[in-house]
Amino acid sequence: MTTLTSPSVPQSEKKTFVLLSFAVVLWLIAYNFIQPLANWISFDLLRLESESRLGESVAFFLYDVPKILLLLSGMVFLISIVRTFFSPERTRALLGGKREGLGNVFAAMLGIVTPFCSCSAVPLFIGFVEAGIPLGVTFSFLIAAPTINEVAIILLLGLFGWKVAGLYVASGLVVAIVAGFIIGRLKMERYVADFVWKVHRKTKVTDEKLTWSDRIERAWQSVKEIVGRVWLYVVVGIAVGAGIHGYVPEDALVSILGAQAWWSVPLAVLIGIPLYSNAAGIVPIVGTLIEKGASVGTALAFMMSVIGLSLPEAVILKRVLKMPLLVTFFVVIAIAIIFTGYLFNLVL
Amino acid sequence: MLIIKVLGSGCANCKKLEAIAHQVVEQMGIEVEVIKVTEYPDIMAYDVMSTPGLVINEKVVSYGRIPAPAEVTAWITNALETENP
Repeated sequence: MTTLTSPSVPQSEKKTFVLLSFAVVLWLIAYNFIQPLANWISFDLLRLESESRLGESVAFFLYDVPKILLLLSGMVFLISIVRTFFSPERTRALLGGKREGLGNVFAAMLGIVTPFCSCSAVPLFIGFVEAGIPLGVTFSFLIAAPTINEVAIILLLGLFGWKVAGLYVASGLVVAIVAGFIIGRLKMERYVADFVWKVHRKTKVTDEKLTWSDRIERAWQSVKEIVGRVWLYVVVGIAVGAGIHGYVPEDALVSILGAQAWWSVPLAVLIGIPLYSNAAGIVPIVGTLIEKGASVGTALAFMMSVIGLSLPEAVILKRVLKMPLLVTFFVVIAIAIIFTGYLFNLVL
Repeated sequence: MLIIKVLGSGCANCKKLEAIAHQVVEQMGIEVEVIKVTEYPDIMAYDVMSTPGLVINEKVVSYGRIPAPAEVTAWITNALETENP
């Protein structure tokens, strides 16, 4: 049994909280200041016509970029705090006694709140399967964790409101639950790489005991890491979105990406597969497409395909999955995404 | 001699952790062997599901994040004390 002892770094809880309150106040001031500032720069400083296309695009861009980056920092911080309560070890313990069905639902939901990095996909897979969690339940987790991406949720929330963000989370959950359940039913345990079943644990890791200072410190670390990684994508994405906002006429896209064309959903999924890691940049574009008349189901299917179905992840999973299971994994997710796209096109 | 193992399949964060380990060891001026563990069965032997993981004298001290150099120093000091009381 190994216990984790965090070393006594001399830092008082009080100091952390004072710093945090200071940051919150600064954040609020900045957040309320960006709209007037964006308007002043576009219309007073640059003397653009407030009714012109260029003026509208520039004002939209100058307002949205700082707004989204502030929102992203604040929300990533909050989500990271929540995530310090859900370690992969705890999630594994929670899923331990669950059967298929309900287990898939739990696994998909835990996939949203458990910290996940694609480089940890294989150790997680082995750790879950080896602990006796059913294969299908493990897959529900492994599909939900990367597909329901926190940055994507925040961007959708900030740019298009809670409704689109909620639909994205809901469709991700449906895909993860259904695809995981189907894979579980297919009984493909023999296509898991043989070494996975032979792993022998020498030690057992227990949960860390964290203080609030630890949680805040870690959340701050992940804000720096995540925002540092995605900010450029976000800026470029919003720039393209702003261009579409000002220049592409309403309903120009309806004929191509509207709900009428039956092939638009599978096509969107197919195009999304090779696009990877631009999750942060793709959201502003996809969201703007929705505003301009692309149907929501198609747009969400495209987004999930970009974020959830990626070739690099396939290469990583190849280490633990034999070919038939790997192919099944991809095909089932793709079908589930297409199905969800049609469903939302039909319902909305 | 102290043995430090960095668990990870070669992702960017694992390399950062390895660099921190080397840096701390150099600063402390002690003789330590730093080993990279990259094979999944070997990583899983320590039950570490989120990489990078850090193991000092067969004890898992951190996983799933990059600890600060100060933390690593404290862990090593701790391990040295248990080794030579």
